[in-house]
Amino acid sequence: MQRSTIDVWVGVFVAMGFAALLGLAMKVGNLAASNIGDTYAVSAYFDNVGSLKPRAPVKSAGVVVGRVDSIGFDDEKKEAVVTLHIDTRYHFDTETNASILTSGLLGEQYVGLEAGGEEKMLKNGDKIKLTQGAVVLEKLISQFLYSKASDGTDNKQDKKADKE
Amino acid sequence: MCHGGAMFKWVTQTLSSIGHTVVDSVLRLGYATRFFLYALKMSGESFRRFPLVIREIYFTGVMSLIIILVSALFVGMVLGLQGYNTLQRYGSSEAVGVLVALALVRELGPVVTALLFAGRAGTAITAEIGLMKATEQLSAMEMMAVNPISRVVAPRFWAGVISMPLLAALFSLMGVFGGYLVAVQLIGVDNGAFWSQMQSNVDFRDDIVNGVIKSMVFGVACTIIALFEGYDAPPTAEGVSHATTRTVVISSLAVLGLDFVLTAFMLH
Repeated sequence: MQRSTIDVWVGVFVAMGFAALLGLAMKVGNLAASNIGDTYAVSAYFDNVGSLKPRAPVKSAGVVVGRVDSIGFDDEKKEAVVTLHIDTRYHFDTETNASILTSGLLGEQYVGLEAGGEEKMLKNGDKIKLTQGAVVLEKLISQFLYSKASDGTDNKQDKKADKE
Repeated sequence: MCHGGAMFKWVTQTLSSIGHTVVDSVLRLGYATRFFLYALKMSGESFRRFPLVIREIYFTGVMSLIIILVSALFVGMVLGLQGYNTLQRYGSSEAVGVLVALALVRELGPVVTALLFAGRAGTAITAEIGLMKATEQLSAMEMMAVNPISRVVAPRFWAGVISMPLLAALFSLMGVFGGYLVAVQLIGVDNGAFWSQMQSNVDFRDDIVNGVIKSMVFGVACTIIALFEGYDAPPTAEGVSHATTRTVVISSLAVLGLDFVLTAFMLH
């Protein structure tokens, strides 16, 4: 086989290989989606972050408006501090409510933002004051059982009261 | 007494043959490591004569394209079928895109490509070098003061190392396309959900880059095993045939074992 023919085929092969890598990154992976352009950082304190992970989406009205950058622990407040990177195209006021929600019944957790009614907008480095942590299933169940149990005793007392 | 002597002889013979096998394998492992390091040392020269490497990329990479792409298409299609069949029971048939993509990018892409590579290109390398040795071409090179490691071994090594990740990437992409064909075009899973679920769950760093790293490691392992078996083969027809078989067996085992180790590292 001619030298140049081999060169051409190898060139085509290498180009195809790199194109495949690029295709995997763009079409299959989330490289294109994760680059949401310029962002500003906002932090929020939560009493419990549940199983929230860095790079989890930040959504408002179901639309991804940013990503969770980092999750840390504030030793003074004994609370989790979550840094959010929000796309500069979207503006939220200082009374925005941040809550940790779950997509679906057992899906991954994300941060949901609900805009308030304040005029002032959040800037880079600001803190979100109104937060609601993740719902812990065990606490929910124990609360439910506790309220059921107290309902039961209440009913008995009611019956006693009726008899008397 | 005579019976006891035969028994004793049998025991010592068995023990010595076990010992011989162990010592022999350790010896071969040491020789293979030395061979690998020497090939790395001689690599500089083969990069200066890059056309040699390009020629070998043609034989190991380009010639493996057909088998890689066709297998990838079928593997992807099977994944799509099987994934849909199981996922639709739980009412989440859209997740078939995630399943196909993650299975291919993380595991099947690098591993199946490496197994096919060992069978398609590794055997060719072993047979070629084994025959070169049997026909004394390697000795002839040495007589002409040409180092056979830098002239024959190093270009093939780098060709394999360069080809493998590219082949694995092509395999993964083609497999995803196969899964798309079956799930979206044939069965009728929603096209948008198929891709969006895939994109939101496949991470560039954790899944794709790790897959590429895996395929590079497999490329190094498969190529060096093929080269060593060829270089170490007894210079007879039988020796070359045994060496070729061993290339496939050892490469496959090495790839699967390394895959476990690498995955354990990557998943922490």
